[in-house]
Amino acid sequence: MSDASAPDTTVRHRVILAKLGLDGHDRGIRVVARILRDAGMEVIYLGLRQTTDSIVAAAEEEDVDAIGLSMHNAGHMTLAPDMLAALEAAELSIPLIVGGIVPDEDLQPLLDRGVACVLGPGASAEEVANSVRSAIAGAR
Amino acid sequence: MTESTESAARAQWQAAYNAAADTGALRDIPFDTMSGLPVEPVYGDGPYPGQYPYTRGIHPTMYRSRLWTMRMFAGFGTAADTNARFKEILTNGGSGLSTAFDMPTLMGRDSDSPWSRGEVGRGGVAVDTLDDMLRLFQDINVGDVSTSMTINGPAAVMLAMYTAMADETGVDRSRLTGTIQNDILKEYQAQKEYIYPPRPSMRIVTDMMKFTAAEIPRWNSISISGYHIREAGSSAAHELAFTLANGFAYVEAAVAAGMQVDDFAPRLSFFFNSHSDFFEEIGKFRAARRIWATWMKERYGAQNPKSMMCRFHTQTAGVSLTAQQPEINIARVAVQAMAAAMGGTQSLHTDSYDEALALPTEKAARIALRTQQIVAHETGAATVMDPLGGAPYVEWMTDEIERQAEEVFAHLDDLGNGSILEGVYAGIDNGYFISEIAEAAYRFEREVNSGQRIIVGVNEFTDGDDERGAILRIDPVVEEQQLANLTAVKSARDDNAVTENLLAVTAAAGDPLVNLMPVIINAVKARCTIEEVGDAMEKEFGRYVEPAII
Amino acid sequence: MTTSVAEWHQRATTGNRRAVGRLLSLVERGGSEADAITDLTFNTLNNAPVIGITGAPGSGKSTLTGALVSLLASQGLKPAVLAVDPSSPLTGGAILGDRIRMDDRVYAATHNSDQSTHPFIRSMATRGHAGGLALAVPAAIRVFDVAGFSPIIIETVGIGQVEVDVAAVADTTMVVVTPEGGDSVQANKSGLLEVADVFVVNKADRPGADQTKRDLDLMLDLSHVSGHDEIVGWRPTILMTQATAADDDESQITGVWSAIQTHQEHLTQSGQLAVRRRERLRAEVRSRVEQSLLADLTGVLPAVDSPELDGTHSPLALARRVTDRFRSPGSPQSK
Repeated sequence: MSDASAPDTTVRHRVILAKLGLDGHDRGIRVVARILRDAGMEVIYLGLRQTTDSIVAAAEEEDVDAIGLSMHNAGHMTLAPDMLAALEAAELSIPLIVGGIVPDEDLQPLLDRGVACVLGPGASAEEVANSVRSAIAGAR
Repeated sequence: MTESTESAARAQWQAAYNAAADTGALRDIPFDTMSGLPVEPVYGDGPYPGQYPYTRGIHPTMYRSRLWTMRMFAGFGTAADTNARFKEILTNGGSGLSTAFDMPTLMGRDSDSPWSRGEVGRGGVAVDTLDDMLRLFQDINVGDVSTSMTINGPAAVMLAMYTAMADETGVDRSRLTGTIQNDILKEYQAQKEYIYPPRPSMRIVTDMMKFTAAEIPRWNSISISGYHIREAGSSAAHELAFTLANGFAYVEAAVAAGMQVDDFAPRLSFFFNSHSDFFEEIGKFRAARRIWATWMKERYGAQNPKSMMCRFHTQTAGVSLTAQQPEINIARVAVQAMAAAMGGTQSLHTDSYDEALALPTEKAARIALRTQQIVAHETGAATVMDPLGGAPYVEWMTDEIERQAEEVFAHLDDLGNGSILEGVYAGIDNGYFISEIAEAAYRFEREVNSGQRIIVGVNEFTDGDDERGAILRIDPVVEEQQLANLTAVKSARDDNAVTENLLAVTAAAGDPLVNLMPVIINAVKARCTIEEVGDAMEKEFGRYVEPAII
Repeated sequence: MTTSVAEWHQRATTGNRRAVGRLLSLVERGGSEADAITDLTFNTLNNAPVIGITGAPGSGKSTLTGALVSLLASQGLKPAVLAVDPSSPLTGGAILGDRIRMDDRVYAATHNSDQSTHPFIRSMATRGHAGGLALAVPAAIRVFDVAGFSPIIIETVGIGQVEVDVAAVADTTMVVVTPEGGDSVQANKSGLLEVADVFVVNKADRPGADQTKRDLDLMLDLSHVSGHDEIVGWRPTILMTQATAADDDESQITGVWSAIQTHQEHLTQSGQLAVRRRERLRAEVRSRVEQSLLADLTGVLPAVDSPELDGTHSPLALARRVTDRFRSPGSPQSK
């Protein structure tokens, strides 16, 4: 008979969902929150008007496996690198996923800069959940 | 209607129509089909257009006297950039100007705020001070054009800047026409461009209503909006119900602030979405008119018919545009524009086909305007009023949407113990609106995901998604330019005057008996920035943080 | 290069937030790493006060908690919050949205502020823990404690069994109700009346607030009949508050903290604190034993397709057969 606490065999991914800056379009991020919940993940929902500081602090305190940022205001080429820089400064190697409106030509530059994955507006629920899982697996 | 009341209604309508014709109010074109077949102004039963409860239209002549305003939304970059686009629109035949502001401006932030980084001039024009407003309308006589400003949280400051600009360019305030969106309630429900909590924000709105009624009588002080609620994912019935409920809330607030219903209600206007289900949209527009009229008359005691008329602007559904095979969006927009025209809108913005990806290019914006022009001049939609009125499906749709809306009103009335205003505050607080909208959005998403609901190019008929055309890129130099503009204003202005004016704003905010508008106008004339004025009010009002209800 | 549990523990004792975050994940996961953390932390405690806050959804308790921790942080304390939210029973996933109502960094006017002055907030879903909340929460409390956080607040949603369990680990339990929705009746039904030390009637500007207070007083009077509050020497305080997003009424939240502190003083002076802590430890031991035995038990129950479950065998006999095998000679339980 074992006296050790039984380990939890279910892998539970913890994912932050947030929007940086002022953009208030949160329909997409709310849908993704439900998608990830339905995929068995724990969503730390930060929502609107976060800063890189508040996201880094949450990432540390919540010990998350991935960060998802939703962007609709064409600010992604500034805000995504800002987030990556903040994570690097805090020495956190957490995969960053960017979702929303990203023109094709910005895809590769974002990936080159270090974004783990970019999800367009047409991504299905399966694609969203799988992309998050892959990003997490790829970071290990 | 009985036969005798029916023929009386018809006669009455005919008389009103003839009276308009006699004064030369009708457009000087043959009202016939493309084949030359003359047609009646309206078919079917009453109540007729221009007759309470206005289900079939608010005027006896509708588009026979004046087409809907083709109001194209524009705004990007610096004020100078948008000024150029405004001038193009006016040259191309657009009849009204509609201003889109960038995100920092919409949230009341200056271009040099850390929050504005990466967002200056993107998604709209950057306006920090009165100088930007002057540049925005340079060489455009604002006494001659109708201007719509789509802004909510900082609406008071923006209206103050527009008024101050008119003052400084010698245009009399009484000549100004247009609309400011200023619909703060829907921000808490859908768009999230709020600054202060609901109750202080309502005070700002009623101050603006009083001010415009006295100083800018041809100005629409609120555009009560359903567009954003629908974009956030609500059903058509909820778009209608939440919008009209917000409308009732504003009415109650204005009355509580000491205004008479008929003094302000004629200047309330609405803003709806036109989505892809053609018949649902037409039913929705007709139900909107019927509900507004009956509630204004029976619940709020309006006597002036203008208080009972639901005048609205429509925009085709941005959320329906697909990034896949973007050109097919032109077809979507055309159908949505038809629905708006056949639903009797007073003004219309048609989206550009490339807007799923970025702000529209010039060419795309022009095609969107041409789409409206085709609907107006080639399809016959403008020749006969309420052309689908009497069709069994459309009448059923109108009734059904009305029925669903009444359920929502009953719930809010209950939540608010007999006050729709209190019910709306409570619904904002307990997340009623947000969760209804999120539920509907999620349901739709799953339908599309499962293939149950076909969206062409997205989950079916996906061939042809190869080339993505050029999209509009905002040059990052715009942010630099705007920062330079702002620095120039700050160094040129009188710092003492700025400080004094900001103190006056805070003092006014703290005194509910003082109207904020004149104080804010003085502040912007002293070249206080939008954020400085906003912060001065925040000292009294506090800042809103939304309850996290997913 | 992976960091060992001992290294994370060492960093946590210096207050390193990332280390605390990592340790919390490890204790949630259970297993040998969680056990190692228990062994490292159980006797190095600072004995920070533990406060439980619970209330129905929409009661405004998260906003209240946020106001409270802001106040405490501004007074130079180092509060930590464990916000417990329900997991979906269908999918096991969860949307954890409490932290944003408590995080005063939200839409802050300044960027790049010193993070260490902010309260530590950790979201925990109700599922996915070895042994459930009964093991994860006490372990999390110890992690916060050795890292120097004080007070430690456990915030749970809803009024139900979860909350009653959580109340067992708190020194002071605060229950938040609102005038509408019959919350006070719910509180009675689920047994929260017995565990509440402080009641807050929130949204006290709504109609029915005074009636709610009267209802609570009446129920407390009735429980007085049972003699409960004489044993503990404390009748729960009832406070009236209006916690709103733009609330700048500091005196109100100071009143809440004051009521909590009064209860804490009572616990210390009456010796109740030590009793509660012992009960807490005993409950944890019991949970661990249950967990361990349950794990062993699962392999010993008849399989679902076993012929014994055809309805012809008495459940009593079937059970006895299992327990007899369980209490085989040589195990501590055999007589």
